[in-house]
Amino acid sequence: MSDLPLTRPLTRESMASAAIRRGVLFYAETWIRYIRVYALSLGLVAVVQPLLYLVAMGVGLGALVRGDVAGVSYLRFVAPAIMVSTMTAAAMGEFSYNITGGFLWNKGFFAPNQTPIQPRQIAGGVIVACCLRFTIQCLIFWAMMVAFGAVDSALSLLSVPISLLCALAFGLPLMAYTAQMKREHGQLNLVQRFIVMPLSLFSGTYFLLETMPGYLQWIGWVSPIWHATQLARVVCFGLVEPGWLIVTHVAYLVALALLGWVLAMRFFERRLRD
Amino acid sequence: MTASPTVIHAADLMKVYGKLRAVDGINFEVREGESFGLLGPNGAGKSTTMRMIGGTLIRDGGTLEVLGLDPDKDGPLIRANLGVVPQQDYLDEELRVAENLTMYGRYFGLPYSYLRPKVAELLEFAKLTDRAKANVEELSGGMKRRLVIARGLINDPRILLLDEPTTGLDPQARHIVWDQLYRLKERGVTLIVTTHFMDEAEQLCERLIVMDNGQIKAEGRPMALIREYSTPEVLELRFGVGRNEELLPQLEGIGERHELLADRLLLYVRDGDAALSEVARRGITPLTSLVRRSSLEDVFLRLTGRSLIE
Ligand SMILES: Nc1ncnc2c1ncn2[C@@H]1O[C@H](COP(=O)(O)OP(=O)(O)O)[C@@H](O)[C@H]1O
Ligand SMILES: [Mg+2]
Repeated sequence: MSDLPLTRPLTRESMASAAIRRGVLFYAETWIRYIRVYALSLGLVAVVQPLLYLVAMGVGLGALVRGDVAGVSYLRFVAPAIMVSTMTAAAMGEFSYNITGGFLWNKGFFAPNQTPIQPRQIAGGVIVACCLRFTIQCLIFWAMMVAFGAVDSALSLLSVPISLLCALAFGLPLMAYTAQMKREHGQLNLVQRFIVMPLSLFSGTYFLLETMPGYLQWIGWVSPIWHATQLARVVCFGLVEPGWLIVTHVAYLVALALLGWVLAMRFFERRLRD
Repeated sequence: MTASPTVIHAADLMKVYGKLRAVDGINFEVREGESFGLLGPNGAGKSTTMRMIGGTLIRDGGTLEVLGLDPDKDGPLIRANLGVVPQQDYLDEELRVAENLTMYGRYFGLPYSYLRPKVAELLEFAKLTDRAKANVEELSGGMKRRLVIARGLINDPRILLLDEPTTGLDPQARHIVWDQLYRLKERGVTLIVTTHFMDEAEQLCERLIVMDNGQIKAEGRPMALIREYSTPEVLELRFGVGRNEELLPQLEGIGERHELLADRLLLYVRDGDAALSEVARRGITPLTSLVRRSSLEDVFLRLTGRSLIE
């Protein structure tokens, strides 16, 4: 090291304005470092999980399902749905306990909060880093679907943004809920069991929603998983959905994600300014 | 002599939690290059004041100017000028020691090319160079504190806020931290230190406010406060459980005042040895006796009737 004092390359004003403009990315870098620590296990999960699902559901269960579902083989029918469900489960992981951790356990949100970065940028950084992870995971999943012959059109690549949108439609409201928790005594476990589980069971993943009795179908309508699953089927194998329904699917997912975003910002702001 | 510019100005500063007035209308000023202290017991409102200065807590009343700006409006720019050493370390245990500094530097938009040598320099300053790749949990309490101070320096702050910099540290670790802070003071960094240790306040602060229940009880230089609110020396006597009060009448007239504590009796005197001789002359024999200089602890006791550390 030289004896010359280092000259800071930014003035104080430019440090502040850099944080105001790019604070989200600066915080995302920290979050990406967290993810990098367990990148290997995440990568393994990202590859092995679709493999297991596609084999078990598509090939195994598919052998039991006689004939086509919605006009295609069971593998083609179920694969896009599994992609959507897998991403929702990943969102459940990233947007719950990690948020509790940031506020209550390792308190990772409080150090950046003392810098020019602002609370909503901290929330934004988490979201950006998670989206990056989800996108990679989705692309791996999509590649596996191609390998299994479950999809064959370029259009099917749209299942990646659809799954991402579903992860956010589900994850951001969860993030907002978690951000306002003053204590964690098992609420997240309850959310997992009594909200996530039923939603994923009745979202038309393994069978069409219409085959269920009417008094259960509303669960699918509430669930972002069903809306995203239907969209993924449209782009993956051309499931026929009326135009208004496609618009409804997209609008519902976007609305949920926006609602979650607005609330999450508000709770981060409140938590880190009080 | 021209006075240094004012860097912090608080007037009727207020923070209320429900019915509790955590900070209850305080007024103070800090000048550039000064080391300024907030001395007070737990719950006095010190951390609350510090967080309002950094703009991470919105005030409920009064005015506050930090470098001429309002922390509630210009938080990012103010924090670009501040170094913050919070009471809880807020170190990131998922990151390694050096990474804690690097990533923190990124929050100021500083490029990696600058941060690499800067982090090395700060680790050297904190005497943690050989721990650069260690996990944070492996550090001792004193090392963590030094790392947090180093982290607060990543942006070359004009003002360093230190909330209880040595609470929980053993004496040796405290002295290393103090040494680190003296060096910063020499470089002209404005230090704002909260503490409930009177020796720390005497060591580090040129000027301080004594806080209790969200209010300022006194303000001044440590020596001036001691001169104003106490006598030069204190004679401490112990007569054993329950006997201190009993013997009080026999000590009448020795010193200017007394304080009766749970375990001992304090006599405020000009000359401690002379007072002790007077005690012996009256045929009173305490179990133990001690003559010492007055401290800020005595100032606090005088102002509030309570000890700094309960
Ligand atoms: N978030 C909060 N909600 C309610 N009360 C609080 C909160 N933060 C601090 N207090 C109360 O405000 C008072 C001052 O706290 P603080 O500033 O932390 O004191 P100090 O740092 O001097 O020990 C205390 O009585 C504390 O319990
Ligand atoms: Mg405190």
